[in-house]
Parts: sequence; C-alpha cells; structure tokens
Amino acid sequence: MTKIIKILGTGCPKCQSMTRIVQDVVSENNIDATIEKVEDIIEIMKFNVMTTPVLVIDDAITIKGRVPSKDEVLAFLN
Amino acid sequence: MFDWVQNIADWLVYDVLNLNKKQHLAEALNFFIYDTTKILILLFVVIFFMGIVNSYFPIDKVKNYLSRNKLYGLEYLMASLFGVVTPFCSCSSVPLFIGFVRGGIPLGVTFSFLITSPLVNEVAIGLFAGLFGFKTTIIYVVSGILLGTISGIILQNLKLECYLTPWVKEVLANAQREQDIFQAENQTFKQRLSIIWTETLKILKGIIPYVLVGIAIGGLMHGYIPEGFFEKYMDKDNLFAVPIATILAIPMYSNASGILPVVQVLVAKGIPLGTAIAFMMGVVGLSLPEAMLLKKVMTLKLIAIFFAVVTLCIIISGYLFNIIL
Repeated sequence: MTKIIKILGTGCPKCQSMTRIVQDVVSENNIDATIEKVEDIIEIMKFNVMTTPVLVIDDAITIKGRVPSKDEVLAFLN
Repeated sequence: MFDWVQNIADWLVYDVLNLNKKQHLAEALNFFIYDTTKILILLFVVIFFMGIVNSYFPIDKVKNYLSRNKLYGLEYLMASLFGVVTPFCSCSSVPLFIGFVRGGIPLGVTFSFLITSPLVNEVAIGLFAGLFGFKTTIIYVVSGILLGTISGIILQNLKLECYLTPWVKEVLANAQREQDIFQAENQTFKQRLSIIWTETLKILKGIIPYVLVGIAIGGLMHGYIPEGFFEKYMDKDNLFAVPIATILAIPMYSNASGILPVVQVLVAKGIPLGTAIAFMMGVVGLSLPEAMLLKKVMTLKLIAIFFAVVTLCIIISGYLFNIIL
C-alpha cells in the first residue's frame, strides 16, 4: 500500500534538510510512498504540534522538532 | 579551571611553533588558541546539557504544565524559566505561539516565553561563560529571565488580544485548558544520547565559523585599540549610549555568535558592561526574521508594541547594569 508521508514545516533550513533526507530514503529503498510538503501554518496547526519540522506517516506523527537520521526514517517506513 | 588549555596553547605556540614569547604575533596566536578552545568546550558542554534537559522536558510538557496549573502570578516567571531550558528555533515561533494560545495560556505568559527563550539560550550561555566568565553569565541569565517576566506582565496588561490576526482570534475563542494526549517519543537513554550528540555537533558546526571569525576580529582589535579608547565616547554618563546600542542591535541576528567575541574586546577597552549587555540582548533577543514570521499571527501594530516593550525593558536594564556594576 502506498504510504502517505507529510512533512510539516514553514520552510526553515531544518525543514528542508528533513525533506531531503526523506526523499533520499524513499528513492534509495524503492519505497512506495508519496511525499507531500505542508507549508501553510493553518494546515500545520491542525496536527497540534508546536515545533517544526514534523514527519507525519499515514496520519501519525513520528518525529517533531528535529531532523532525523536516514536510519530512523527508514525504520518508521518499514 | 582552564589552566590546562592555557598550557596547551603555550606548548603549541612557544614549543611546537617555536615562536618568541615577546612577539606580538605569538601572543595573539596564543590568545586565539586559548580563547577558541575554551569557548568551544563551554559551548559543547552547555548545548549538550540543554539537549538532555530538553529531551526529557519537551515543549508539549511545558505547555501542559502552564495550561493546567493556576500559578497566581508566578506563571510569567515559570514561562520565562521554561524558555531558558527549551531551545528555540525562530522558525518554530508561530506553531509555538498558536499551541500556547490554544491551550488557554494568557497572551502575556506566552510572550514571557517567547522573549526569554531566544535571549537566554544554550549558545548565548556558552559564549557568555567563555568570554566574560561565570559571574557575568549569571547576571545575564537572571536579567534575561526577569526581562521576559516583566515584559510579559506589561504586555498582558496592555490587553492586546484584539491585535491578533483573525484566524488566531478564532483559535483564541476556542481555546480551552485541555490536556493534549501527548505522545512522548519512547526512547532509551542511549538512543536519546545519540540523537542529542548529533544535534549538539550540528549546532556547533553551524556556529563555529562565526565564532572563529569573531574571535579573530576581536584578537586584531585587541592589539590595535588602546586600553580605555572608548571611555571618551561611551562612558557611563553618556545617556544615549544604551538606547543607541540596543537599537543598533535589533537588525543584527544571524551573527550573534560572531558579535559576542567582538563585544568582549569592546568591554575590555572601556565600553560599560551594561551598554554591552543591552547590545547583546538586542542582538540575541529581537530580530527582524522573527518579526517577519510573527506577522502570520500578529498584526504589525502588535509586533511593533511587542518589540517596543522589549526594547524599552532592555534599555532600562542596560542603565541599571551601568549603575550597579
């Protein structure tokens, strides 16, 4: 099943590096997933988070407020 | 405490490089090696320690605590204290603001947090300890906390809710002292440490270039500006020095870590410490990028009031320092 990955962030450097890492992990491991960037603050606040960036996989918040390592992201996707 | 760093610097410069102790260059190089090593060690320790505190005490817990407990006026001080231990990235200021408002935390208390958090953060503390010693660092930290507390109380009493942007007002109307079911990241201590370690190195890597350049410039100035040079222009009796220093500082932000070493030299050459501290608070605490971000939740008028109140408090504390110190 296709996983839906959302990256919540208003465009700060941390959010960009999270996006890059997630994109790398998905393409390197041929994971069936769509990546969506959520930059609108009103949309972001619907997830009830207070720090960005946030990694949301299939509507579950996995990581917030920091940039994860590739291994961590991979573990969440498997 | 840092004698051994001095010994290493001495050994490197006078033994390994075999430079003459009387040479100006040798002395400058020695100073540079000693200063950078000491500052980097302190920065590392403070950032790492704060990382541990924060890992066990994330912002969600802070919010829940502030929104759950009736603190009878102490909530401003508490918010300010939480601001110290919670690292703050200005890009998170908007979600944080909304999260607090949504949790029913008064606007003034939220401001207390927003003011102290960048003002007294891990990088500022580490740099301060390295450059000015522990006594001045404590003075800075305490005054930063008080500044956030008092500014928050003032802002609360100005009743500024009407100057929030419409969608935030809506959030405010639906605010409730709810307890979010807060998902802690379930991690072992070892996992946490490795994350904190990577974060610490990342932060250090980001600021090292600025620190190095700042110390280098400071070192050069140290050699060329005569002792007491600034006393003529910026002595304690000059009434305009503090406000000018504070206002000059607001647009400077990204180079905070580079500016502190330079300021340290200025103090050594005769600028009063209160004026210097006011300058640094302006650099670290108020920034234009932050103002731009806050535009999403506040009207320009509110941002202007917010900055004006904080600036005023910084200026007053600058005068106070110049009188007491």
